[in-house]
Amino acid sequence: MERADGSAYLEFGDNKVLAAVYGPREFHIRRFLKPNMAVLRCRYNMAPFSVEDRKRPGPDRRSLEISKLTSEALSPAVFLEKFPRSSIDVFIEVLQAEGGTRCAGITAASVALADAGIPMRDMVVACAAGKSNGQVVMDLSEWEDKEGEADVPVAIMPRTGEITLLQMDGQLTKDEFEQALDLAKEGCMKISEEQKKAIKNRYGGD
Amino acid sequence: MQPVVPEITRTSVTNLINKGERTDGRALDQYREISLETGVIKKAEGSARVKIGNTQIMIGIKPQIGEPFPDTPNVGVFMTNSELLPMAAPNFEPGPPDERSVELSRVTDRGIREGKIIDLENMVLIPGKKVWMIFIDMHVVDYDGNLMDAAALGAMAALMDTKIPTATVQDDEVVIDYENMQPLPLKDKTVMCTMAKIGKELVSDPSLEEESIMGARISIGIRSDGTICSMQKGGERPFEKEEILKAIDMAQEKTKELFKYLPES
Amino acid sequence: MILVEDKDIVVPGEVLAEGEYYAGRGTFKDDSKVCSALVGLVAIRDDKISVLPLQSKYIPKRGDVVIGKITEVRFSMWNVDINSPYSGILPASDVFGREKRDMNKAFAVGDILFMRVVDVDEVKKVKLGLKGRGLGKFRGGILVEITPTKVPRLIGKKGSMINMIKDHTKCEVVVGQNGLVWVKGKPEMERVVEKVIKTIEAEAHTSGLTDRVREMLNQLLGIEEAEAEKEEEEDFKEELIQ
Repeated sequence: MERADGSAYLEFGDNKVLAAVYGPREFHIRRFLKPNMAVLRCRYNMAPFSVEDRKRPGPDRRSLEISKLTSEALSPAVFLEKFPRSSIDVFIEVLQAEGGTRCAGITAASVALADAGIPMRDMVVACAAGKSNGQVVMDLSEWEDKEGEADVPVAIMPRTGEITLLQMDGQLTKDEFEQALDLAKEGCMKISEEQKKAIKNRYGGD
Repeated sequence: MQPVVPEITRTSVTNLINKGERTDGRALDQYREISLETGVIKKAEGSARVKIGNTQIMIGIKPQIGEPFPDTPNVGVFMTNSELLPMAAPNFEPGPPDERSVELSRVTDRGIREGKIIDLENMVLIPGKKVWMIFIDMHVVDYDGNLMDAAALGAMAALMDTKIPTATVQDDEVVIDYENMQPLPLKDKTVMCTMAKIGKELVSDPSLEEESIMGARISIGIRSDGTICSMQKGGERPFEKEEILKAIDMAQEKTKELFKYLPES
Repeated sequence: MILVEDKDIVVPGEVLAEGEYYAGRGTFKDDSKVCSALVGLVAIRDDKISVLPLQSKYIPKRGDVVIGKITEVRFSMWNVDINSPYSGILPASDVFGREKRDMNKAFAVGDILFMRVVDVDEVKKVKLGLKGRGLGKFRGGILVEITPTKVPRLIGKKGSMINMIKDHTKCEVVVGQNGLVWVKGKPEMERVVEKVIKTIEAEAHTSGLTDRVREMLNQLLGIEEAEAEKEEEEDFKEELIQ
């Protein structure tokens, strides 16, 4: 993308997600400004045509929650303290949704942050696991997402394995949860390899 | 806050245009590179990605069954909506549609409506009760000038790409057959040509830099037979009548090129 | 143990070395590991490992010379956009001394100035000044923007690249460390310089760039000259017809 400082396009299964980053840039809203570090703001949005039944444009409660969690999932990796009084703005647009868009959004956003030249400790990746038909499985498809018994989206910093996003809905025993978490992390590590390859290829050659 | 344009940029671009040249090497009436793909979103019944230069818009079409407006019970409904995504430009803000996005939606809508492009009479299932409603959603992803022409071209391509399910009426109930998709009934095609007034000249397909210094802008919607179906002036400076007439000539000429990006039928 | 080679492309979080190594620019230390903080090229100098970014914003440093745009005229200072997350201020006293004068007459919104960064405080408040050779307001010419990290490449070793461009095109070229470049010459030459600068930006991380730029300049100017000749020829023909 031309205008943004950094951008990334991710197709993950049938998900199509676009992420763009502006910043660090001057922050004009005084009451949200932090004097000693940058503020990472995020907006997750779904296109009206991204789902079967047209989604009304504009933010709803679900998008707002995902926006907040995405910002919190990415922030630990970014050296925010290097840019006092500024903002780093992350925009995620879901063009086609097939379940697991929040994870795809986070993975794309961290590529866009790297592309914008923003210093980071690690590149955050996200993947979901869940339970469907009594089985704990990795990366639920849309059908499993809706029919499944549980869904556990997870984001990690792959170098250290630290978890930066964790949600769960549905019912799991403690053992099943641990299994799901391990599977999600395993998925993250696989995606992380792809994510790094994508960046190196982009600037690749010489 | 509107970005401040450097004075030296304003002067150098204007001087160049007065000499018949543009900063990117184009002729005054030349478009930037155009690319158009359809069927890019499979969740949408019709879709298109259009690029003019670095300006990029994604368009999706979704049909729904709904009630007609009380004053027009015997025609289908369509609605055009656009979002200037904050990712598309550093000065686009999140939030409800601002006036620029409303203008873009309405100008695109008017071209399609007044050009009688969609065969709305053919979209009635139960007169006064059930009709097809077509939603045209335009997602501006990258903004590098001339959204109007990109939106009109992309919306037209997406409409032509649209397949709606077959609907029949049985005992006053609408039955939808998703197995049998058919093309959206269209009667004609329309595209739009926008020109900016800079210095003494009109330039078509203004770039972002040119838009930032233009005095005024005129967008003209043209049907496939060359008739005019919509017009919109924008910008803070006035036009003279001769300029408008010249703009119409330019639009009728340039839209012939734009129509070539659309499929034949 | 160093795990990468000089000029490798690395990504944030990638471990570059383990053991007793210094973490240079663009890297950070995590216990005994040196990791990259950026997408960039590895630079190994003895036991110091750095990563040169492919893209970044300009962060003001005292002593830098920058090109900025007046965005607001205030009571006793100008606000200046210096293509950075941090805008600067130019105090009126720096321009007028103690004299009181009409601020707008000196510099108005939209004016482009060449300035020095006089001071940057801890929270990146930036004070600009105009004292120094060649500093002041630009008249005419065009502005070209590049990624600030590519500025050294545009200047070249001891100014070799930039001087070559100036010599070939007879343009004045002023480079701000914040990635803004001012070019003034014949209008068609200004556009040639713009094209060349954009090419340098796009290919900054490749080798043999100086030679390719020289070739490009010759080619572009060759075309320009040929076109000029053709125009002259046509003018001549027209004269004959008349």
